Amino acid sequence: MNGSWGGLPIAAADRILERDWRFETLPKLSPTDSVLPYGLGRSYGDSCINSHATQISTRRLNRLIRFDAQQGLLQCEAGITLDEILQVVVPHGWFLPVLPGTRFVTLGGAIANDVHGKNHHHAGSFGCHVQSLTLLRSDGERYRCTPQENAALFAATIGGLGLTGLLVSAEVKLVPVSSDQMEVEDLAFSSVEEFGQLSRDSTEWEYNVSWIDTFARNGQVGRGIFSRARHAHNSGTLKPGRRPRIAVPITPPVSLINKWTVDVFNRAYFARRKQNKGLQYTHYQPYFFPLDGIANWNRIYGRKGFYQYQCVVPRVGGEAVIEALLREVNRSGAASFLTVLKEFGEQRSPGMLSFPRSGLTLAIDFPNRGERTRNLLASFDEIVQSAGGALYPAKDARMPATLFTSGFPRLQEFVSEIDPKFSSTFWRRIQQ
Amino acid sequence: MKGSGMKDSGMKSDTRILVFGATSAICHEVLKLYAAQGASFFLVARNHDKLGAVTDDLVARGARVDGSCCYDFNDWEQHEVAVRQGAQNLGAIDIAIVAHGTLPEQAQCESSSAALKACMDDNFTSAAIVAEACAQQLSRQGSGALAVVSSVAGDRGRKSNYAYGAAKAGIDTLLQGLQGRFSGSGVKIVNIKPGMIISPMTAHLKHGAIWATAADIAPDIQKAIASGRKVCYVPGYWRLIMFVIRSLPTTLLAKLPI
Repeated sequence: MNGSWGGLPIAAADRILERDWRFETLPKLSPTDSVLPYGLGRSYGDSCINSHATQISTRRLNRLIRFDAQQGLLQCEAGITLDEILQVVVPHGWFLPVLPGTRFVTLGGAIANDVHGKNHHHAGSFGCHVQSLTLLRSDGERYRCTPQENAALFAATIGGLGLTGLLVSAEVKLVPVSSDQMEVEDLAFSSVEEFGQLSRDSTEWEYNVSWIDTFARNGQVGRGIFSRARHAHNSGTLKPGRRPRIAVPITPPVSLINKWTVDVFNRAYFARRKQNKGLQYTHYQPYFFPLDGIANWNRIYGRKGFYQYQCVVPRVGGEAVIEALLREVNRSGAASFLTVLKEFGEQRSPGMLSFPRSGLTLAIDFPNRGERTRNLLASFDEIVQSAGGALYPAKDARMPATLFTSGFPRLQEFVSEIDPKFSSTFWRRIQQ
Repeated sequence: MKGSGMKDSGMKSDTRILVFGATSAICHEVLKLYAAQGASFFLVARNHDKLGAVTDDLVARGARVDGSCCYDFNDWEQHEVAVRQGAQNLGAIDIAIVAHGTLPEQAQCESSSAALKACMDDNFTSAAIVAEACAQQLSRQGSGALAVVSSVAGDRGRKSNYAYGAAKAGIDTLLQGLQGRFSGSGVKIVNIKPGMIISPMTAHLKHGAIWATAADIAPDIQKAIASGRKVCYVPGYWRLIMFVIRSLPTTLLAKLPI
């Protein structure tokens, strides 16, 4: 595989090179060629693709370098997956400080996109926990970067979309856990305002996330389930999870996600989870990665793929903006299967292009219906931009350059740290 | 309390393992499983930098590395020295794994006698000498398992890959002999036959549906070693595939593009 998770028609790279060992050098490139590191391709759009140029697959750079099980410090090659890391550290009572919605991303990808999780209000983003990293740049040099040493390059690489050089290895500070179980509580809410109240009341909980029913009409717009969780202390087992056993074997010709299937799913899902069952206990794996249980779930969107849209808008006035976006979805009649709302906390990552920042973040996805879908997303852009918000590059395949520029005020600082031989389809698109 | 959950990570062992070809992708995946159980290793490889990367990984996973050495595997005399050093450092050898090899271009082996010789040296001669040296050591101990990674390619000569196949067939025959020699003793000889495995060795080939990853097959290899299975196809469906290929009439096989 060398594409991206959204399955959109994006031109592929001309060549994919493997790197097997961390001491290897970068490939020789012609003057017109450029290169982009590629992990597991879980970015949704074109930020992990280097069309008509070179990609370096990092998947074989998946070795541990040093694990201090006393201090909880783990140094690894950058192609290791978060799944592979959890398999090693959980039995020792350690956990990754930040986990995105899938464990099948590489460490390099987690850093290059400065991924966030349900605990952003407690822990910040992934980049907040990176102690050091090693970059191989096209000048042939290896750069060790920390918040003190090569600090600008360090800050540019976190959230830097793979453009600052080949991330060879990194060291992460882990967090201790005493159980593999999560304590979870689900609460129904009937409006974005109620969500806001729940979010404020739940800041003590480590993990908060909400699912929104985009099919709820009229007075029910913004209804959803607020799910809050923390690591349990009641059970002594520390078992890592298992590999997925179900897969979507083929890509159907058309999307199985449409307004009828989503409507039925949403009603059933809401009905099932709205009764307050009190505290539930579950293994961390289904809690953090519900979709990882079904391999290749992205295929259900059919051969044309799908668009993800994730924005963040400032906390003040944010609820009204989110509600405006949801009304826009509603009016369009488009089906968004996985709509997720969460409040980011104050903690800023060192990353210059880091997406997470204080405010509300909404993620929506739509099967690709061409112009119609892109027009809908463009109407979201206006709402987000006038609210002073930003879009998440890892999920983007179409945002206009103006929105990118306004959403990332440290852009100029970042540009001066880019490796001149590194590029991506996203990057070229955003500069036009 | 840190480490309180160690009891859950499976049995802790102090298995002592001597490894030739420690940096091979298949071998490394198997070693990771033993490392998580706290095994001790003596690692032998050809490339110093690669061995360093693999050693770091295994130690981080909980293994003890009681020494290693690096040399040109066609320097035959070194093999016995390495086995003796390994046995001495480890105290005794519970498991010896022989996993080194190279996959040459068939066409090159046809046109270049140097390439053909290199194929035989890498995949047969050096593996045979290492296997014999390990067998000697296990024989002296009266116990232990010798696991050698051969290949399904040795089951039948096919036009697309017969130089490599011939070398692996030689190993096959050698292991059969060793199995006879140690029959009824405490020494077990395990012949591991991987099918098509995605690894750096096969990176240049096109990967289809019957390909598996090294991580997929590692647990099966560990199980085969534990039970002392004589022949272990990995993944298991290769036993069936090779049964069919062995049963094909020669004239039909010649027409197939394999």
